[in-house]
Amino acid sequence: MGRRREDGSIIHRQRSRREDAPAAEFVAVGLRYGNGPEIFTDIDFDLPAGSFHFLTGASGAGKSSLLSLLYLALRPTRGAIRLFGRDVTAVPRHQLPAVRRRIGVVFQDFRLIDHLSALDNVALPLRVAGITEEEVHRHVPELLTWVGLRDHMDARPETLSGGQKQRVAIARAVISRPDLLLADEPTGNVDDRIAMRLLHLFIELNKLGTTVLIATHSEALIQRFPYPRLHLERGSLYRIPSARDTALVSSPSRGGGRPP
Amino acid sequence: MRLMRADLPVAEDGTGHFLTVMVAVMVFLAALAMAGTFAVHNVVERWNRDVSGTLTIQVMPTPGPIDESNARTEANVARVLEILRVEPGVLRAEALGEDRLKALMEPWLGSPDMIADLPLPRLIDVTINPKDGPDGGLDLAGLARRLSEMVPGVTVDDHRLWLAKLVDLAQGLASLAWSVLALVTAATSVAVIQVTRSSLATHRPVIEVLHLIGAHDDYIARQFAGRAMVLGLMGGSVGLMLAVPALAGVGYLARDIEGGFVPDISLSVPQWVLLLALPVFSGGVAMLTTRLTVLRALSRML
Repeated sequence: MGRRREDGSIIHRQRSRREDAPAAEFVAVGLRYGNGPEIFTDIDFDLPAGSFHFLTGASGAGKSSLLSLLYLALRPTRGAIRLFGRDVTAVPRHQLPAVRRRIGVVFQDFRLIDHLSALDNVALPLRVAGITEEEVHRHVPELLTWVGLRDHMDARPETLSGGQKQRVAIARAVISRPDLLLADEPTGNVDDRIAMRLLHLFIELNKLGTTVLIATHSEALIQRFPYPRLHLERGSLYRIPSARDTALVSSPSRGGGRPP
Repeated sequence: MRLMRADLPVAEDGTGHFLTVMVAVMVFLAALAMAGTFAVHNVVERWNRDVSGTLTIQVMPTPGPIDESNARTEANVARVLEILRVEPGVLRAEALGEDRLKALMEPWLGSPDMIADLPLPRLIDVTINPKDGPDGGLDLAGLARRLSEMVPGVTVDDHRLWLAKLVDLAQGLASLAWSVLALVTAATSVAVIQVTRSSLATHRPVIEVLHLIGAHDDYIARQFAGRAMVLGLMGGSVGLMLAVPALAGVGYLARDIEGGFVPDISLSVPQWVLLLALPVFSGGVAMLTTRLTVLRALSRML
């Protein structure tokens, strides 16, 4: 049997640890690929713990690169990135998994593992963390049912539609109740009804304390859910407060959006 | 719970067949080399057991007419026997009879009738007490000196020289066999490393995903290593199954050879156990090599 996580139940674990430090903080971050031009120059921002932001910008503005920096698939060329108060550019390699387990990612191309069933794909984050099979089989079917894939638990990704794959990817990202949820165009392949349903899932998670950052093109989504935006343009990041924030808060500079 | 989790499709990447065949061939060669070493070892053991605890003393015939010479030689033999019989540590000393001597000479000198008139050296077979060590507590050099002072032309042969050369040969063969084993192990490891590297390249996207959702290197390495161990065990078993009939065949052929130089290639129980452990060994080598290769490669990823 697998090991139990130190803090016991995966659903009812303590949330106190994230109270103070921002979930993510960029300090003068620069990024370039190889010898190419800098994609980011001196990006500074933070995602306060428990906040909800959209990440917008034209195609190629670097939304995916920014997310890659956050989920530790890329290291910045310069500057510091702090996750949960820890400078991850200085964390030794063997401690990265512990940081990554607090982050859930919905990849734009899903990155499901082809030879595993939907259930096994969603179970992966629990299994790599050593959660018992008993708990895996309690939580995973429940979540798959919730995202409307009850009849596809044993299906391999190749037999699923784009929208179904996306929902498997989302389920995998949220199954371990991450402290930080990053999603790259998570509603790109689903119809409006399901997009709204998924957004509500993210909002529910956010209410339970998860910090959420969603990269999206969808103006409809941004209009419908008035959260603040981080907007990427020409290598710089601009914070655009939500309409409601501008109405309520006098200083729009820092401090993320709270659920409306 | 499943015995071996496989999030990585390592079982399906086509490198498995190559590794199994490779390990099978290697274990086959290793089994032959090992069995050869064991057989040589057994032969040397037996030679050692046969000749230690014995001496051969040669009394040269005295010059002169044949009858006179024979009588004097007999007297010399009798004096040597007297000395030997009071020597502590000597269990038994017995002169070889004339018939036996002639029989020994026959291959070189022809029928006994033709050599009736030749003065022959006499041989005395001495058995020494094995309780007191291989030399029976005898001072061999001293004994030889005393005997030759008393009776000129007496030599003592403890078979050491003859045996030493055979032991050298046997040890040479044994080190050759161990070199074969070492080479086979090295070649298997190199093959395993190559297979693992190509497998790592094939599965790189999946490995990245596993890393990003928080898998430790160890979690990933375990899956590769587990697979390699199964392949190593399988290949090893096939190789051993091929080697056993081959060894039995060699044993069967050697059985008909006279002369005692090629004893039956019968192995002792511990030796069989070692041979049967070869697949376990190959499985272990494959597993460890794979694990180290994977961990090394992963440590270069972010």
